Amino acid sequence: MVDTAALAPAIRRANSKALEILLQGDPVLIDVVPAKDLIPELKEHTILHAGPPIEWDRMCGPMRGAVAGVAVFEGWARDLDEAGVQASKGCFDFHPNHHFSAVGPMTGLTTCSQPLLVVENRAAGNRAYCTVNEGLGKVMRFGGNDESVRDRLAWIRDSLGPALGSALQCCGGIPLRPLVARGLTMGDEMHQRNVACSSLLLRELAPALASAVADHSDLSEMLAFMGSNDQFFLNIAMAMGKSIMDPVRNIEQSTVVTAMTRNGTDFGIRISGLGDEWFTAPVEMPAGLYFPGFSAADANPDMGDSTIVETIGLGGFAMAAAPAVAGFVGAGSVAEAAGITARMREITLGEHPEWTIVSENYQGVPTGIDIRLVVETGIVPTINTGIAHREPGIGQVGAGVVKAPMACFEKALRALGERLGIS
Amino acid sequence: MSDENDSPAIGRVCAELLQSRPRVINVGLAVFAIDLDAQDVDVVHVDWRPPAGGDEDLARLLSMLAD
Repeated sequence: MVDTAALAPAIRRANSKALEILLQGDPVLIDVVPAKDLIPELKEHTILHAGPPIEWDRMCGPMRGAVAGVAVFEGWARDLDEAGVQASKGCFDFHPNHHFSAVGPMTGLTTCSQPLLVVENRAAGNRAYCTVNEGLGKVMRFGGNDESVRDRLAWIRDSLGPALGSALQCCGGIPLRPLVARGLTMGDEMHQRNVACSSLLLRELAPALASAVADHSDLSEMLAFMGSNDQFFLNIAMAMGKSIMDPVRNIEQSTVVTAMTRNGTDFGIRISGLGDEWFTAPVEMPAGLYFPGFSAADANPDMGDSTIVETIGLGGFAMAAAPAVAGFVGAGSVAEAAGITARMREITLGEHPEWTIVSENYQGVPTGIDIRLVVETGIVPTINTGIAHREPGIGQVGAGVVKAPMACFEKALRALGERLGIS
Repeated sequence: MSDENDSPAIGRVCAELLQSRPRVINVGLAVFAIDLDAQDVDVVHVDWRPPAGGDEDLARLLSMLAD
């Protein structure tokens, strides 16, 4: 017989522990290392992807395009057509990034030779990984796969990645907690606006990078690449989010969300009290603004591991800190941006003590999503996102806002009830 | 509690209610508050909806798991 009166206090204690671990997270960007050296399971023909588990036959257009592109990039196929045939014949092993301490934006593909950013959470002792941001437009994370995309990936693998690794080793790593705190006060929300954090990072990294790269022409190219990419910091923020949330997993009876992610077909969440089980529902379409020449008819449904940023209280949750992004993603006025953050406070358990919002009198960003609050209030997480073209090979067509599907949270709550013997 | 004892008081409240300008607390559907506001009625809207969107099973589950 279940003692139902004891359940709520037990959940409260579990969630208090989860929130404490979350808020103590101390992420430091320490290195850039080839993926195969970090993830032993990442062999030839193994592809990690964004979102919950998915196989080739259910993958959306841009995910398929990126798979074909990365197979050519890794030398597993001679061209995109051959790569597509191989994929349809089951020649590749697909697994979620999340199963290997990793995350990836949009299609999120991670393969053995790509260099990964390494973020160490010094409070919990774990590490998390993410690929290096490729820039905007036609890039692999948005389904781009032509020669220009693959050449850029090769340059990141052969030049930028090793240089960044040397620079980070040289400077002893870059603490991210204070950097993000500063970025928030400068108008970033760390999902669709990373202008401030990318600039702050470059400022800290440039001296060490100059020491690490002997050739001035190479150095100039790297600085120009990073300096012209407003979203360079996004992938770092994602590895940071993963490093903060992974230690929150597996706290018995906790209702705190430890991951939210999408593969372009399904949206999936995990909660602490139910370990690594995924609760999925069909992804929704973002509502947003489109680059010239594109419209909603071109858009692919929601995609990417980047929702790890919202999971820790940034992105859409910190919309009030980034009024400029509200316009960029079509979320409306500054007041409406503040309203989104206010609604996120209704489904979270606490506020970050150092990541504060100036316009809200230095109130901390809302963090620690509780599935009970989501289901009770009917308020689902708001996510800022890029929008990929629905066809393979084209790339980014816009940016917008999307909701997490309520069904994920309802499924998780029912499963928790079953686990606790009260379904 | 006695209806007879309360009657005069209730009567006074009802009379006041009918003779003064209405002041409304609207709970749930916002459209009622919007209409009243358009007619210059003092109205405060409370954004409320049934827990779990009215799903009885989920609401029962929440009642056992929530603080």
